[in-house]
Amino acid sequence: MNHQAKKITAEDVKTHGLSESEYAKILEIMGREPNLVELGIFSVMWSEHCSYKSSKKWLKTLPTTAPWVICGPGENAGVIDIGDGLAAIFKMESHNHPSFIEPYQGAATGVGGILRDVFTMGARPIANMNALRFGSPDHPKTRHLVSGVVSGIGGYGNCVGVPTVGGEVNFHPSYNGNILVNAMTVGLADQDKIFYSAAAGAGNSVVYVGSKTGRDGIHGATMASAEFGADSEEKRPTVQVGDPFTEKLLIEACMELMATDAIQSIQDMGAAGLTSSSFEMASKGGMGVEIDLDKVPQREENMTAYEMMLSESQERMLIILKPGKEDLARKIFEKWELDFAVIGTLTTTGRMVLKHHGEVVGDLPIDPLAQASPEYDRPWVKTEVDPVVKAGDVKDIDWRHALRNLMGCPDIASRRWIWEQYDHMVMADTAQRPGGDAAVVRIHDTDRALAISTDCTPRYVKADPFEGGKQAVAETWRNITAVGGRPLAITDNLNFGNPTKPPIMGQIVEAIRGIGEACKALDYPVISGNVSLYNETDGKPILPTPAIGGVGVLDDIDRMTTVAFKNAGDVVILVGQADDAEGWLGQSLYLRELLSREDGAPPPVDLAHERRVGDFVRGLMHMGMITACHDLSDGGLAVGLAEMALAGNLGCLLQDPGTPRHSRLFGEDQGRYVLTVKAADADTVLAEAGTLNVPAKMLGVTGGRDIVLADGTSVEIAELRQLHEGWFPTYMSGKS
Amino acid sequence: MKAAVIVFPGSNCDRDIAIALEQSMGKPPAMVWHRDSELPKVDLIAVPGGFSYGDYLRCGAMAAHSPIMREVKRAAEKGTRILGICNGFQVITEAGLLDGVLMRNKDLRFICKDVHLRVEDAKSPFTAGYKKDEVIRVPIAHAEGNFFTDEDTLKRIEDKGMVAFRYATPEGDVTQDANPNGSLNNIAGIFNDKRTVLGMMPHPERLSDPTLGGTDGRKMFDGLVEALS
Amino acid sequence: MKARVHITLKNGVLDPQGKAVEHALHGLGFGGVSGVRQGKFIELNLTSTDRVAAKKEVEDMCRALLANTVIENYAVEVVD
Repeated sequence: MNHQAKKITAEDVKTHGLSESEYAKILEIMGREPNLVELGIFSVMWSEHCSYKSSKKWLKTLPTTAPWVICGPGENAGVIDIGDGLAAIFKMESHNHPSFIEPYQGAATGVGGILRDVFTMGARPIANMNALRFGSPDHPKTRHLVSGVVSGIGGYGNCVGVPTVGGEVNFHPSYNGNILVNAMTVGLADQDKIFYSAAAGAGNSVVYVGSKTGRDGIHGATMASAEFGADSEEKRPTVQVGDPFTEKLLIEACMELMATDAIQSIQDMGAAGLTSSSFEMASKGGMGVEIDLDKVPQREENMTAYEMMLSESQERMLIILKPGKEDLARKIFEKWELDFAVIGTLTTTGRMVLKHHGEVVGDLPIDPLAQASPEYDRPWVKTEVDPVVKAGDVKDIDWRHALRNLMGCPDIASRRWIWEQYDHMVMADTAQRPGGDAAVVRIHDTDRALAISTDCTPRYVKADPFEGGKQAVAETWRNITAVGGRPLAITDNLNFGNPTKPPIMGQIVEAIRGIGEACKALDYPVISGNVSLYNETDGKPILPTPAIGGVGVLDDIDRMTTVAFKNAGDVVILVGQADDAEGWLGQSLYLRELLSREDGAPPPVDLAHERRVGDFVRGLMHMGMITACHDLSDGGLAVGLAEMALAGNLGCLLQDPGTPRHSRLFGEDQGRYVLTVKAADADTVLAEAGTLNVPAKMLGVTGGRDIVLADGTSVEIAELRQLHEGWFPTYMSGKS
Repeated sequence: MKAAVIVFPGSNCDRDIAIALEQSMGKPPAMVWHRDSELPKVDLIAVPGGFSYGDYLRCGAMAAHSPIMREVKRAAEKGTRILGICNGFQVITEAGLLDGVLMRNKDLRFICKDVHLRVEDAKSPFTAGYKKDEVIRVPIAHAEGNFFTDEDTLKRIEDKGMVAFRYATPEGDVTQDANPNGSLNNIAGIFNDKRTVLGMMPHPERLSDPTLGGTDGRKMFDGLVEALS
Repeated sequence: MKARVHITLKNGVLDPQGKAVEHALHGLGFGGVSGVRQGKFIELNLTSTDRVAAKKEVEDMCRALLANTVIENYAVEVVD
């Protein structure tokens, strides 16, 4: 097969996902027709995944700086200063399509990829998180997908020895044909040992380490093109297979090499492996690169230049070594029984030159290709927001029935079935395990900790992308606050449908605007992220899902707070409930689960209020005043209280929540927390709230085995527990 | 007491056990790489949890045949105490230091959670920090912890009192509901017949620090230090 | 020379994976299935040219590493 000699056809251009105008640009840059290898490289570099061509214009509007931001978007992951000379490095990334095709491997390689993004920068990964969206529970594929994705995430993370400490899961029919698997890794590094990807130093060695290259994951559309011959299907699995054991060795080997002074720059081979890593490193450093493909460690026979450049084999990294460090580096990788090969050198030509079997098989200018990377201002229309749902127009169902129903509904039921399959304790620093508001992971060898939360409420985003975008950011901020953390920065994983449709593009634009606004108001910048578009099946888009991963710091782990009611007789206080006429039922789970309605405007997020309330709550924690804290989200006050009662195995006796009762108990108004404080501290807390203009109201006291309202009606905790814990195992066993 | 921790490619609880040991010993244990063929002279060798060699083929099988394990076996013959936790239990079992085998969990899934254990024997240095029949809380995290052996061996294990820990309810009752993985007779940890080797699936090193939610595991390491110093 | 090794669980050893597969097959309507047991299949290339010696060598490998004879049986087949 001689890809170089083949003439490019219109069909080739199309199967490579390039438009006619993009191809015209390619001809202009090259000054000649590209060969197939070069076309493949253009196709990858200009893909939505690598170029962000539809979203770039809007992503640029996001706030990305703060005094504590060391490195914002553009590198493999973002970096923040967490004090004591340490940095937290994190990012979230999607692996949606592969996980739908092969849930175990798709999810597993998603975890592997995001781990590499983080440790490539010099950070030891200390926590994994995820944000998962599945179709309707009664869709025939859902159970299989949940089972595969969860065991894939566990299978990879458990083996690598990085705890999976939390995440979120939603079910909705819009994901029936397009699940979302977003994985996040947080790592820890010394601030003076952070590694970047910009290549420098002409003559420096380009080194390939890790696993060998096979024909994994070469783009499906390209595979179908006839040039590869009839037998090619069998040779090219599109599903990448992960090898967490090799990843673990790769982490240890890289950490060992990073402790020496050998690395000039480093990048993992993620999507479009060798192409994007070598190209981006050279491009960022303004260098040229020459690669001898014969030197690439290969797992299969007769691999072509095209296949090697586009392979997505996992567990591989590209390193630019400082001069003379080859032997030192080789020894380390040999110790860990990993492949190590010098495959090329940096040049000053500004070109990427690929050689195979002694011939030049590709020769492209780097800067023009990178600079000409397309950026679209796609047409968009604003989502029309439904009118606000009035509580009076919503049926008031017996609160006991509603609460039982909500506690056992798929979106609220306990996720224990999932997180018990994740090793969430390895590394012996997990201070708050899954199931709380945010995961808390101690910073090793210190009394400080990181708090991490992933959140998004897609039904809000669908109803009002701007408010929904704000809410997703605010909820991570609130969850981090609820465990006592000081929120510092976020990573965003923007999952949307087809951006060439103006209503979808409108969701993207408005959600990004909402995210940006929340980030600004909360001093909570975006430091890394990922965009996943075209999440549609048969023209039906997913709910817009801008998943947010937030990270904060706890300066004193002893001040960490959990959701569990602790002591009988503590006073329960609701903080942040503006004294409006009624609770917000539009887009609530009450509406959806009990009345099958998905209408109304979602609850608005008042960011100034959010910040004032959150800062107040955090302040109380620092003073040691709070015995338990929970943010209120899905299901509102009643569900929040029930979750606190279940976690502490302790009930509560509540005063009249106000009217209309269903809106007070189940409304999803934003910016609220439930706290418990020792009875003796209650007056101080309420007075302090008054001084700071934070709405706070005593709700009742903890005690007993039931949740009891002032009118004497009650629900047993034991019963709620059965419903809450029962749904997932029953569903997964296939008995529901 | 002097201790060593064996590190295989794929071990991932090596740091955790080292920290727990250091906390009780006051000095760090020696970390010994699997390809080393020499062991420092120590009183305790810990084989940590993780996924040695990716748990490929069978959990622990390939690690059990690495050069360092020959030395570990030699040390065991001389009476050096050997502690295998989780994957380490699988390794030393595959290496023939203990009876039985750890099979796939009965419900096939990896399971990570706190369990309660009833201490069956407090006479060994490993369990000296506990009282017989004491109930302790320690986490498990494994997919292959289902202890199995043939009837005769099981009878011998039971007759000779070689069971160290059994999965139990918080009240100390050994019930099927308290058995997370299907292990025969709820066995969570066993000794060799001289009680110089202990293998256990639960991770005492993970609950040896109040910040992590418990300290029942710490008593094992404190007890070892007291018994072996 | 190639060797093929089949590793199976001994009779009487509980095989939860086999049981799960059997259960799934029943669920798919294959009612006439029973006694599903899961095993491993390993293929090896050997430099040896002597079939008898090759078989013996592979059997040694089985006892040393490939199978756990506490719970597993093995069968070796040498092919050219």
